[in-house]
Amino acid sequence: MNAVIQLQEVHKIYHTGSVDVHAVRGVSAEIQAGEFVAIMGASGSGKSTLMNIIGCLDRSTKGHYLLDGTDVSQLNRDALADIRNQKIGFIFQGFNLLSRTSALENVELPMLYSKDHLSGREQRERATNALGTVGLAERADHHPNQLSGGQQQRVAIARALVNQPALLLADEPTGNLDSQTSIEIMGVFQSLNEKGMTIVMVTHELDIARYTKRNLIMRDGRIVSDTPVAQRLNAETELRALRDAQQAVKLTV
Amino acid sequence: MRRILATLKIAGRALRRNKLRTLLTTLGMIIGVGAVIAMVGIGNGAKSQIEAQIASMGQNVVLVFSGSFSRGGVRSGWGGAGTLTIDDSEGILREIPGVVAVSPEIRTRAQIAAGSQNWNTSIQGESPEYFDIRQWPIITGSSFTAQDVRSANKVAVIGKTIADQLFPGEDPIGQVVRVKNVPFIILGMLTPKGLSVQGQDQDDLIIVPYTSAMKRVQRVTTLGSIIVQAAKPTLLNPVQQQIIELLRQNHKITPGKDDDFTVRNQQEIAEMATAQSKTMTLLLAAIAMVSLVVGGIGIMNIMLVSVTERTREIGIRMAIGARGRDILLQFLIEAVTLSLIGGILGIGSGFGVSKLIAAKTSWPTLVPSEWVVYAFLVSASVGIFFGFYPARKASQLDPIDALRYE
Repeated sequence: MNAVIQLQEVHKIYHTGSVDVHAVRGVSAEIQAGEFVAIMGASGSGKSTLMNIIGCLDRSTKGHYLLDGTDVSQLNRDALADIRNQKIGFIFQGFNLLSRTSALENVELPMLYSKDHLSGREQRERATNALGTVGLAERADHHPNQLSGGQQQRVAIARALVNQPALLLADEPTGNLDSQTSIEIMGVFQSLNEKGMTIVMVTHELDIARYTKRNLIMRDGRIVSDTPVAQRLNAETELRALRDAQQAVKLTV
Repeated sequence: MRRILATLKIAGRALRRNKLRTLLTTLGMIIGVGAVIAMVGIGNGAKSQIEAQIASMGQNVVLVFSGSFSRGGVRSGWGGAGTLTIDDSEGILREIPGVVAVSPEIRTRAQIAAGSQNWNTSIQGESPEYFDIRQWPIITGSSFTAQDVRSANKVAVIGKTIADQLFPGEDPIGQVVRVKNVPFIILGMLTPKGLSVQGQDQDDLIIVPYTSAMKRVQRVTTLGSIIVQAAKPTLLNPVQQQIIELLRQNHKITPGKDDDFTVRNQQEIAEMATAQSKTMTLLLAAIAMVSLVVGGIGIMNIMLVSVTERTREIGIRMAIGARGRDILLQFLIEAVTLSLIGGILGIGSGFGVSKLIAAKTSWPTLVPSEWVVYAFLVSASVGIFFGFYPARKASQLDPIDALRYE
């Protein structure tokens, strides 16, 4: 198995005024292709900073980060932008879709900045396929404000998938969603992972982390625990159980 | 290429989203470019009129005016003193090299009559060469001849207005017109010229041999002025100098005394006229430039607002792989689109205003087509110049900060 992510003694120090904030203090980890990892930790533990480094939105102060075999720790802004475009698919807590832009056009957006120039028809085709993967093909013309939170997050997942990245990064993907929709989104992640997609997500919800395969716990800028998930939850089973429970109290028919 | 096209689409959508704001922003450009086009139209219309007027004086013309006289403190103005004679005119033609034609001239106004009609008009005594010098051909009938001049024959050539006023619906050729009660036979009619820049009717005149004008109409022995034609433009100055020398000698003016005549050449007259219109055009252009700059600042202002408003959008675009250059291009294209919309609407409104001025003031305006291209290019440059700073600011945002921006 080849490692998609290799972190070697990664440090991040912020210089804010006279105080240096040591947000990440020497993190080393490997994530193999096909893994599904949750990074957890209290706020201030450095998990968001690590996520930004893994996502090539930020550069480490010290140490090396190899993404899909390339050392990205010394790349310039433009090269990092290309890496983000080609190798990483982002999913955010707040969905971050362009408003007043249809779901389809939102999904097409990464292809606009892609180096391999696809024709308008090819772009449309790939975006439609990606929307189909997340089960939103029939909502392609809807604008974000016409979609529910879960649907918006699905559009964001489709957008993240459209350039066929090596890695899917999700920053608190269920943070703005109710519990049922959260499970649905985890279901999408699980089925993508089954098809071979490597997924790394940040969450502070323990039950959400149990849908993944491996949990990394961070504290004070260091990884303090790295364990495989023992009793992994299956989104489909959980959803069914939830529906049965709802029926019992006549919430739904 | 596809990328630019797609970016254009994004810019267009962003502008359409805020239609009122877009319109108000472009208003500065519309006024600026519109002002430039209207000003150029007015300036050029005036210039072409002046040029036409100067050209209508004839080609390579030097004008000699008789001096002014002063009686009891009242001065007469050029031509009043009658210091020029037929001898002066013949001397100029005979002795000055480079002179190809002269027309001794005497002008007055008088009442003329034919049948029961009468009319007050300008009477000009000229030589037959006058029509060639001023490039003013006879449209019907014929001119008078050198023989008519020698014999001071009572023949005339009339302008179209005279024909309309004295002989409505008739052929004026061969008819008799009485000038100060002296009957003249009409030989021909001049090509109509229409109104001059000042709105004068240029066809309201009657031209007779200068000898006839002197002997039979005015009863004077001197000329008002002499029109001299030089062979080519470069000879205008030497000919002017030699006329001055010759006339001083003929008029026995001792050195140190002032001339009793004035000589002007066409170039001088043209320069005086165009200098005025140039100053005017420059002034108008300066005003128009100021409004262009104001328009540009308006665009810069709204682009800065737009960049701040869309910080999050910029963050999203950067997170999914937009380079700084892509963001720069997006906002630059937006600014240029704004300024070009303003430019195009400005060109349109400029044309409208200049047409309106033309219609309301009978002052013809003329917008040269290359100025439309200039206006277009200038508005694009204004967009690039004033759009660059906001676009650069957007492109240098940090993706993490931009994503967190609320």
